[in-house]
Amino acid sequence: MSDATTDVDVTPELQPQLHGCPVSDSRGQSVVHPTRAQYVALMKKLLDGGYVMCSDLTATDYLTHSGRTLPEGIDAERFEVVVNLTAIATRDRIRVRVQVPESDPTIASLFDLWPGTEAMEREVFDMFGLSFDGHPDLTRILMPEDWDGHPLRKDYAIGRIPVQFKGSNS
Amino acid sequence: MTSVENIFKTNEGAQEMRARSEISAKEILREVGSVLRMSEAEAAKLGQIPADADEDQTMIINMGPQHPSTHGVLRLMLELQGEKVLRCKPIIGYLHTGMEKTGEELTYMQGGTNVTRMDYLSPLNNELVFSMAVEKLLGIENDIPERAVWMRMLLSELNRMSSHLLFLATNGMDLGAVSMMLYGWREREEVLRFFQKVTGLRMNHNFIRPGGVAADLPAGWRDDVLEILEMLPIRLAEYDILMTDQPIWRERLQGVGVITADEALALGTSGPILRSTGVAWDLRRDQPYLHYDKVEFDVIVGSYGDAFDRYAIRINEIRESIRIVHQVLDAMPLGDYRIQNKKVTPPPRARIDESMEALIHHFKIFTEGFKVPEGEVYSAIESPRGEIGCYIVSDGGPKPYRIHMRAPSFVNIQALPHMMRGGLVADAVAVISSIDPVLGEVDR
Repeated sequence: MSDATTDVDVTPELQPQLHGCPVSDSRGQSVVHPTRAQYVALMKKLLDGGYVMCSDLTATDYLTHSGRTLPEGIDAERFEVVVNLTAIATRDRIRVRVQVPESDPTIASLFDLWPGTEAMEREVFDMFGLSFDGHPDLTRILMPEDWDGHPLRKDYAIGRIPVQFKGSNS
Repeated sequence: MTSVENIFKTNEGAQEMRARSEISAKEILREVGSVLRMSEAEAAKLGQIPADADEDQTMIINMGPQHPSTHGVLRLMLELQGEKVLRCKPIIGYLHTGMEKTGEELTYMQGGTNVTRMDYLSPLNNELVFSMAVEKLLGIENDIPERAVWMRMLLSELNRMSSHLLFLATNGMDLGAVSMMLYGWREREEVLRFFQKVTGLRMNHNFIRPGGVAADLPAGWRDDVLEILEMLPIRLAEYDILMTDQPIWRERLQGVGVITADEALALGTSGPILRSTGVAWDLRRDQPYLHYDKVEFDVIVGSYGDAFDRYAIRINEIRESIRIVHQVLDAMPLGDYRIQNKKVTPPPRARIDESMEALIHHFKIFTEGFKVPEGEVYSAIESPRGEIGCYIVSDGGPKPYRIHMRAPSFVNIQALPHMMRGGLVADAVAVISSIDPVLGEVDR
């Protein structure tokens, strides 16, 4: 439980860095942007640095988003895995956002670091179709197992089920 | 760009628990909990459970989804050897209605009606965390009128009471103390009656909205609250006689579903489950929101991490909530109950008849909705079940680009296999009940 991770080095270009990854500020909350290659090593360092709890792991599909600001050196990709970590001792929170390209929607699993991410990664797999390398049981969790497609993707239409009512058009 | 077939073709295995002969050793290890960061001695103890031997001595049975003690539609697959639970796998999704997808189609104004239905036992906390996230995106989180902030605290604490009272009721029912079920529902109804008076609805209020709350407190609200606050301590003392001090109740709960602090943290659990292991982590105290840093209350912590601790924590949290509400009553200021920002708050009805601008704002807010600057934000508060979080991505439009709710029950329920391992099947009911899951929030 050292507080080494909370020290943010300021590089000459004024881009704050944490363990070699750019840090940005989103409405007062600090966000780290590792690449996929840096992802697991960074998470390991954060865990060792006191972020003992993985509060939340989710994803976003930026297919139809009008444009977001990312730190220099980070290329925007279609998918983004978002992890919220909590440090109990320092009462601190940090968010990690990783870009995941559409052509290769895979990312390493955090199961070995925080076993609690198991269900959350299954949910992201179910809803977005991102697969997690090293996950012990990557199956659908909320949708039926024979379901086609991944509902929270932006190119997945909402759809309707025809219901028969008197006087209804559908 | 991959072809459509590639995107939509999925090939995943069955969600059910499978027989030992069909799965890998790694998967078994995960299901029996050895992936947690345990000491070697603890891991060795797990291996000593004699049953991990032959498949023909064990039986896989379904508990749920239509079992009365599974609190909705939770389905557990249990591998039993005689009466002993060896493995357990929660299978969820039976209540999935795509609320996060729905949330992308609703404006920030309408979003409250969606999120309030997730954890239907603490709807006001859901609305609160959603509103706080939207306000943070709008940059108005420090401009919320004082009265609205204190009203939010009042409602949030009363909601904690009603939710914990329902826990006491269902916990009693699951363990055979059926009279407790009636008492718990009865007391909860008193709180819900107050909610109905204030918000118009017993549940799913959509009362806490971005910018403040929907309406001011009705006349006579203080007496109604005081009535609840006077009634509850007497009733809680009765519960102590009926359950806490009763040997049968203790025998049934003590030492059941034990989880250690390391396991609880590794699994990401929060709320009473984390606190039962001795970790004093309560967002109201540790990352104060609203005015929780201006009231005095204690964080209730357990020491054994068993079902009894989780029961005792909740019953004492009701007492702490009573303490907080007393302080809220003393501090409640007069003033606006929602922010006077024309872009967020609809104008009063009377202004619409006399002002063209008011009419335009009213029309814009209710048809298109207000626009929220581009960005992403995560806000978290302490709901009765643990940390409820709301992650919103905005693209500058009037609807959230992506809304994700971090549901405490969804995470807490993943601790079930570790709590049940090696226990009796009759205790399974006590363990599920002590987690107090709300399946509406698990499945969303």
